[in-house]
Amino acid sequence: MQYQSPASIDEAVAALASIGGACVLAGGTDLLVQLRSGTASRAAVIDVKNIAALRAIAETADGFRIGAAVCGADITEHAALVAAWPGVAEAAGLIGSTQIQGRASLGGNVCNASPAADTTPALIAARAVAEIVGPNGKRSIPVEQIATGPGKTSLASGEIVVSFLLPTRPARSADAYLRLIPRTEMDIAVAGAGVNLTLGEDGTIADARVAIGAVAPTALVLDAAPGILVGTKLDEATLATLAEAAGAAARPIDDKRGTIDYRRKVVGVLAKRAALIAYGRAKGAR
Amino acid sequence: MTYEPKNLRVVGTRPIRHDGADKVTGRANYASDFTLPGMLWGRVLRSPHAHTRVISINTDKARALPGVKAVITGADLTLPPPGITQAGESAINTQHLAKNLLARDKVFYDGHPVAAVAAISEAIAQQALGLIEVVYEVLPHVIDVDEAMRDDAPLLHDDLFTEGVEPKPEKPSNIAKRIFVGKGDIAKGFAEADIVIERSFTTKAVHQGYIEPQGVVANYAEDGQAMVWCSSQGQFLIRDLCITMLGMEASSLKVIPAEIGGGFGGKTTVYLEPLALMLSKAAGRPVKLTMTRGEVLRATGPHSGSSMTAKIGAMKDGTITTAEVVIKFQAGAFPGSPVGAAVMFCSAPYDIPNLSITGYDVVVNIPKIHAYRAPGAPNGAFAFETVLDELARELKMDPIDFRAKNSAVEGSKSPYGPTHGPIGGIECLSSAKNHPHYKANLGPNQGRGVASGFWINIGGQSAATVVVNRDGTISLVEGCPDIGGTRASLAMMCAEVLGIVAEKVRPSIVDTTAIAFNDVTGGSRVTFATGIAVVQATEDAVRQMRERAAKMWDIEVDQVGWRDGAAQELNGNRSLTISQIAQKAAKTGGQIMGHASINAHGAGPSLTTHLCDVEVDRETGKITILRYTTFQDAGKAVHPSYVEGQMQGGAAQGIGWALNEEYIHDAQGRLENAGFLDYRMPVASDLPMIDAVIIEVPNPNHPFGVRGVGEAPIVPPLAAIANAIYDATGVRMRDLPFSPPKVLAALEAAGKAKANG
Ligand SMILES: Cc1cc2nc3c(=O)[nH]c(=O)nc-3n(C[C@H](O)[C@H](O)[C@H](O)COP(=O)(O)OP(=O)(O)OC[C@H]3O[C@@H](n4cnc5c(N)ncnc54)[C@H](O)[C@@H]3O)c2cc1C
Repeated sequence: MQYQSPASIDEAVAALASIGGACVLAGGTDLLVQLRSGTASRAAVIDVKNIAALRAIAETADGFRIGAAVCGADITEHAALVAAWPGVAEAAGLIGSTQIQGRASLGGNVCNASPAADTTPALIAARAVAEIVGPNGKRSIPVEQIATGPGKTSLASGEIVVSFLLPTRPARSADAYLRLIPRTEMDIAVAGAGVNLTLGEDGTIADARVAIGAVAPTALVLDAAPGILVGTKLDEATLATLAEAAGAAARPIDDKRGTIDYRRKVVGVLAKRAALIAYGRAKGAR
Repeated sequence: MTYEPKNLRVVGTRPIRHDGADKVTGRANYASDFTLPGMLWGRVLRSPHAHTRVISINTDKARALPGVKAVITGADLTLPPPGITQAGESAINTQHLAKNLLARDKVFYDGHPVAAVAAISEAIAQQALGLIEVVYEVLPHVIDVDEAMRDDAPLLHDDLFTEGVEPKPEKPSNIAKRIFVGKGDIAKGFAEADIVIERSFTTKAVHQGYIEPQGVVANYAEDGQAMVWCSSQGQFLIRDLCITMLGMEASSLKVIPAEIGGGFGGKTTVYLEPLALMLSKAAGRPVKLTMTRGEVLRATGPHSGSSMTAKIGAMKDGTITTAEVVIKFQAGAFPGSPVGAAVMFCSAPYDIPNLSITGYDVVVNIPKIHAYRAPGAPNGAFAFETVLDELARELKMDPIDFRAKNSAVEGSKSPYGPTHGPIGGIECLSSAKNHPHYKANLGPNQGRGVASGFWINIGGQSAATVVVNRDGTISLVEGCPDIGGTRASLAMMCAEVLGIVAEKVRPSIVDTTAIAFNDVTGGSRVTFATGIAVVQATEDAVRQMRERAAKMWDIEVDQVGWRDGAAQELNGNRSLTISQIAQKAAKTGGQIMGHASINAHGAGPSLTTHLCDVEVDRETGKITILRYTTFQDAGKAVHPSYVEGQMQGGAAQGIGWALNEEYIHDAQGRLENAGFLDYRMPVASDLPMIDAVIIEVPNPNHPFGVRGVGEAPIVPPLAAIANAIYDATGVRMRDLPFSPPKVLAALEAAGKAKANG
């Protein structure tokens, strides 16, 4: 197996395109596990951690741009980012453990395309856009368009996710992400929910976006959420409707980690609780 | 027999453990840290099926692969003569062991070894496994213990006839054995009872979960002499099992104990060592074999899943009149589950006049069950202590008072026969009742549970040598692998007898050629039994040093006493320190070495009571352990930190077992969660600090009053948590584990029942 560590995006794209069976290596916390257990084999790994653009967090006129290989610890230690996007940051901060946090990236989490990836629902709720470079140039797509099924993405061969752009947002906005795991860490989500809200001056919800994870082959946008939440102040009835809608939208499976019935119920509970947290944060936000 | 209190200066203090620095710096050498020149890498081919006949194994292609130096199958392992090797708390049937090491005509579980290879690299060894052609005829399998007992269940062994039933059955079955313990008249007991509660319980197979996977390096020389480096709970057991499997003489195999990364009973048998020796013998080179975590979970001894019914009767005043319990245990691929311990000990904290407790040992298609910390007792206590909680509530009695009223005390006859000496059951209960934890307030959705536990502990054979060095330091030579801080506690007992500080005693655990036979580290026996050997060996050294001093002073030995690390003239004020005596040893009769080799009896049982507070998330079913306190009789805590460590560790394992741990199999009987992601042991952040309250009711059979402490603490948590969940929610959980989906389902079912009722 070959290992390359290019210093620029162009070199990385070229390497990916020229070596058959090559893939991107970011933190390696998914890839190395797969290679060692024999569930994946690769002719070459192209390490993108030496490309500056993939390791930077920048606050721009368009919003926060987070390099695809930035690790979780760098995200949760970035005060301005955490203040603006507490939900995305808490999703990134949930991955693994202290050790894993020093490696695991958003790019790896999203591109590994696990249905249970924690940052994906948070990024989708945040309307994050993935900025991609490939042999045919640049393109940008919403995060929900990357994963197409477990372990499968819409990325063409040779394409790299360079960064995620979190849009600028109005005042009184905040997000939240919650997942359920049987333990407190080092585990995989049985269900997850990301909620992103903007409130009007009187505390009425003006904009809402909800995404759910681990309850379908890919994370799902909860299409019903704006209709349920906008115009409310999150009263009991609204929360119950939201929970029900999340459960109904879920298309879970029965497996060793949970039953269909359990996942439907719990994703609703998480959506409700995440909505309450995001609401509380948005009220307190500038 | 009573214990005479002693004025102790080292025993009961907390010196830094002798192996501590090596462990925290990573210098300690574990099994797979060993490497030899010319060493080959071994890998094991394992069955992907739960139950099959093996029609044929063709190893030709694997042998032809360049770099492959040896390939072995069951045909290469001669079946040893029938026999039993005692391994602490378990007994190993040597023929079953051989069939477990390498499948012969039949495979009994997913992960059962069918062949092994040794090659010049791990990659080639792995590749060679893929070239071995095995033709299987897949058979129906059975895993659930109740299903395995049915008449129409797939039969694992057609020569297995239930032992312990009259008349002897004519048909083979999966029920290997029926065990019974009883006394009094249960019909009379139930008639006397004002209330009787009968409940059924199930538990799933769980794993010991030691962090270090099994590993071995073996070197079998042309002259028939061999060496094995491995991590185990007993180098002598490893030697004896290996020589039985390979037909060797005891003196031809040296087993060198590596540092051990956890065992919990699971490392009191062999899985890899005989294979590594066979491969090394065939290849003429050293061979290293290590397991992956997946192999550990798929093929090493888990602990029995079980199905139990407990029926207990009590009078209005809280007197338990009778108990009738039926306990069925998975034995795994071959007979020999620890159901006997569940039968003997489930009611043992109490003195109950009428008892009928029946156990069944049932073979099923999972790996051969092996010892796990207080083997069998947690299952039985789960059933028994949960029903006691229900009875206490019905009787409107405090659960601690109810237990105390029925406690076994000194002089009570145990369910398994002997009459108890001093035991600390009542002391644990009253300490729990008076602890601030028991009085602390609880919030909404929070509950508190109480449960007690009993473990018998064992003695057994131990040897120790005390070598007196010229500078007055001591080399303490012993033969029991240290899995819980025993190096420190043994060195402390030696130092106590000598009257010196523990740091001057350096303990080492030596290979099978350097000391007499020692039983395994198991049964919570080392601080007790090896402790007695150490005390006697030290007394032997003291006696010799007094003799030397007498010689040096030219007086009678009875005129020489011993105090503060020195010989003291009784009728004068001369004294000689250890180093002063040792420096003259060459002139007074040669170097000084004390020795003892014993078979210790009278290990006192350890009793324990646990308090547990939980919070239940009613919407997700997730349980959080808020507070946990253990109370346990240690007899005498030689090194209190390591006693507390045992109490905390046992509780932590029990909590994991209660909350999430379970073997999950797919429809084909394959283990679906052969890794720590989905075999959910607790992580540090899952647990609160576990408070450990040591109770000391001295065991008169040990010079310092020690009783074993390692196992009892895993006994109560299952019931303590179940009882706490009930206290929080009003819902009884009787099927382990209490994982979020199961708890939520139970809460919802109870909610529906309430709405309908
Ligand atoms: C102990 C442990 C605990 C974990 N806990 C969690 C958890 O709680 N929640 C969770 O969601 N995950 C968890 N994971 C999984 C993993 O850590 C995360 O998915 C992590 O975000 C992956 O990031 P990485 O940088 O390590 O990716 P890598 O392993 O380097 O890559 C993952 C995949 O994405 C591809 N890829 C990576 N970067 C790019 C890019 N820029 N462009 C295109 N393709 C790319 C790689 O080719 C590979 O296929 C855990 C893993 C471990 C080992």
